[in-house]
Amino acid sequence: MSQENRLKEPYYKSLTRKMLFIVIAVSFAPLIMVSGIILNQFSISYHEKVNAHLGELVLKNRQNIDGFLLEKLNNIRFMSRSFTVEELRNEEFLRNNLAALQTEYGSVFEDLGVINEKGIQVTYAGPFKLENAGYSDTEWFRKAMNSDFFISDVFLGLRGLPHFIITVKQKSNGKPWILRATISFVAFNSLVENLRNGKTGFAFILNSKGELQSKPGFEVAYGKSDSFRESIKRAGKTKDGVFFSEMADDSGKENLYVASLIKNGDWMLIYQQDKSDAFSDLTHAKQIALIIILIGGMVIFVTAFLLSKRMVERIAQADGEKELMNQQVIETGKLASLGELAAGIAHEINNPVAIMVEEAGWVHDLMEDEQFSGKENKDEFERALAQIKTQGKRCREITRKLLSFARKTDTCVEDVRINSVINDVIGFCAQRAKFSNVIINSKLQENLPVLRMSHTEIQQVLLNLMNNALDSLEKRGGNITLTSWLEGDEVVISIADNGPGIPRANLSRIFDPFFTTKPVGKGTGLGLSICYGIIKKMEGEIDVRSIVDAGTTFYIRLPGRRED
Amino acid sequence: MAIANILLVDDEKDFVEVIAKRLSKKGFYVTKAFSGPEALRAMRKADFDIAVIDLKMEEMDGIEVLKILGKMAPELPVIILTGHGSEAAAREGVKCGAMEYLTKPCDFEELLGKIEKILER
Repeated sequence: MSQENRLKEPYYKSLTRKMLFIVIAVSFAPLIMVSGIILNQFSISYHEKVNAHLGELVLKNRQNIDGFLLEKLNNIRFMSRSFTVEELRNEEFLRNNLAALQTEYGSVFEDLGVINEKGIQVTYAGPFKLENAGYSDTEWFRKAMNSDFFISDVFLGLRGLPHFIITVKQKSNGKPWILRATISFVAFNSLVENLRNGKTGFAFILNSKGELQSKPGFEVAYGKSDSFRESIKRAGKTKDGVFFSEMADDSGKENLYVASLIKNGDWMLIYQQDKSDAFSDLTHAKQIALIIILIGGMVIFVTAFLLSKRMVERIAQADGEKELMNQQVIETGKLASLGELAAGIAHEINNPVAIMVEEAGWVHDLMEDEQFSGKENKDEFERALAQIKTQGKRCREITRKLLSFARKTDTCVEDVRINSVINDVIGFCAQRAKFSNVIINSKLQENLPVLRMSHTEIQQVLLNLMNNALDSLEKRGGNITLTSWLEGDEVVISIADNGPGIPRANLSRIFDPFFTTKPVGKGTGLGLSICYGIIKKMEGEIDVRSIVDAGTTFYIRLPGRRED
Repeated sequence: MAIANILLVDDEKDFVEVIAKRLSKKGFYVTKAFSGPEALRAMRKADFDIAVIDLKMEEMDGIEVLKILGKMAPELPVIILTGHGSEAAAREGVKCGAMEYLTKPCDFEELLGKIEKILER
């Protein structure tokens, strides 16, 4: 069976698949596991790092904002305690104080106002005309009157512009009055605006009702209700008063929220960032890891595929060689059995043939005493008897060759006359040569030294070479010439045919085991390799010369020994 | 008078008969033995000039016969007949005292030649 056909068998296909699967599984498993573990650990560490960084950012800004508010409150409180209400009711005095504050803090303080217990702004210092404005119906006034100090939420106010106020309540002659300062929204907002990170990270402030107290740089992804603040508190975890949570907005986009309560819990400073933006480095790392895994996976797959294919090819080749060896063993066994059978038959035939020949001889002996009437009859008797003797000799020769052939299994070393072996081999091949139109010639040098070797083995080698020569000439006939001569101490034998020759590319492989140019099933490719092994064992050399379309000659050199 | 007394030992009866007849015609006196023990009995009864013994016999191996003959009549020349391919047995036979050997099936002329050669010595 050819290697190609063998590989198509279900067993080898299944073997290839199993090998491929195992190699891929064994290679992928640790790759995936290690990658997964490392990525997971990296992801956790990165999350912690990002959260820690954002937490610090939020904490720092919380402190900034709280500090800002406290500082402004303290400014107003100091003013309210340092000056009497009468002094503060002086517009110029109030204006001067405003100017002083603005000199110190820039445009943070927009205006100052003194408001009496009825909610009337009795004195105003600022850019607008708000003297005698009434605030008794406003919520901030009510709240301001109920505590020593008050910081309002951001509101639009009478002018329709966002701002918030800080108030301090004092008493004069038993009557409460309020010193009020309007804080610039822009100045305050810039504190919040400065909290930026990445491409989409920004901050904003919500009051207890979930209303924006700052102007965010991006769209705030939440529903305007106090439940959002509660959602943030509930969804994540807390560390040092900072809330961390991840929530999806209405569009499904995941956002990261880091929040902290400010202004004594009235407001919540919330930092929002697209999760993909916050963890962009992690995503990038994961993408790189995925690409590496994919490329690695492809390499693993291709390598596994090639490896398993190559290994199965080798296995199939080994199986093929094993099969050929088994065939060879079986053939050898058959040959041995046939040989034994032939030997048995030869022995059995020998005796009757001998008797037959001797009886013919006896008749010939008796004829010497007889008087024959006619010469013709006597001649005919003698001819017939001679024929019996001749044919008997022929039978003897056949059985001798058969027995010689049957001795193949005997490898004992003995003295061998190589020309005799050559002649035996020519005899064995004579019939086949005749049918193939092949003429066998021999030029054997006389008195060659006796060789010390196994008769059966050298016969096997010569027979193999003769059969190869006959195979090459089978279709068209030709000539085979066997020659033996002495070169120095070596006996050289050549077997030359005028067949198609052997291509140069095959010459170097001609003695390789399993190398054959014969069709599948016609040759095992072991014959010449066995010959090579036998000659080498005999400490000889075997070589081949060939020219395409001219012929092939095998040379065997054997160390001879002089006859005693 | 016979040229010589020959003891012919082979378990192949037809072969023994025809060889014995041919040798007799040539003037030899032939005693036929179809087994090793028969050959030894014949040895005790008469003296022989030559023994021709087949090595491959069933009842008693030719080599065994040879060894016993060698003790009974050490001077008796023996020609052993061996099957083709039994050169080892032939060498064994020669070691045990055989003077000549022939491979079977042997040519009568060859056998006659060896007998005459031995008698000339």
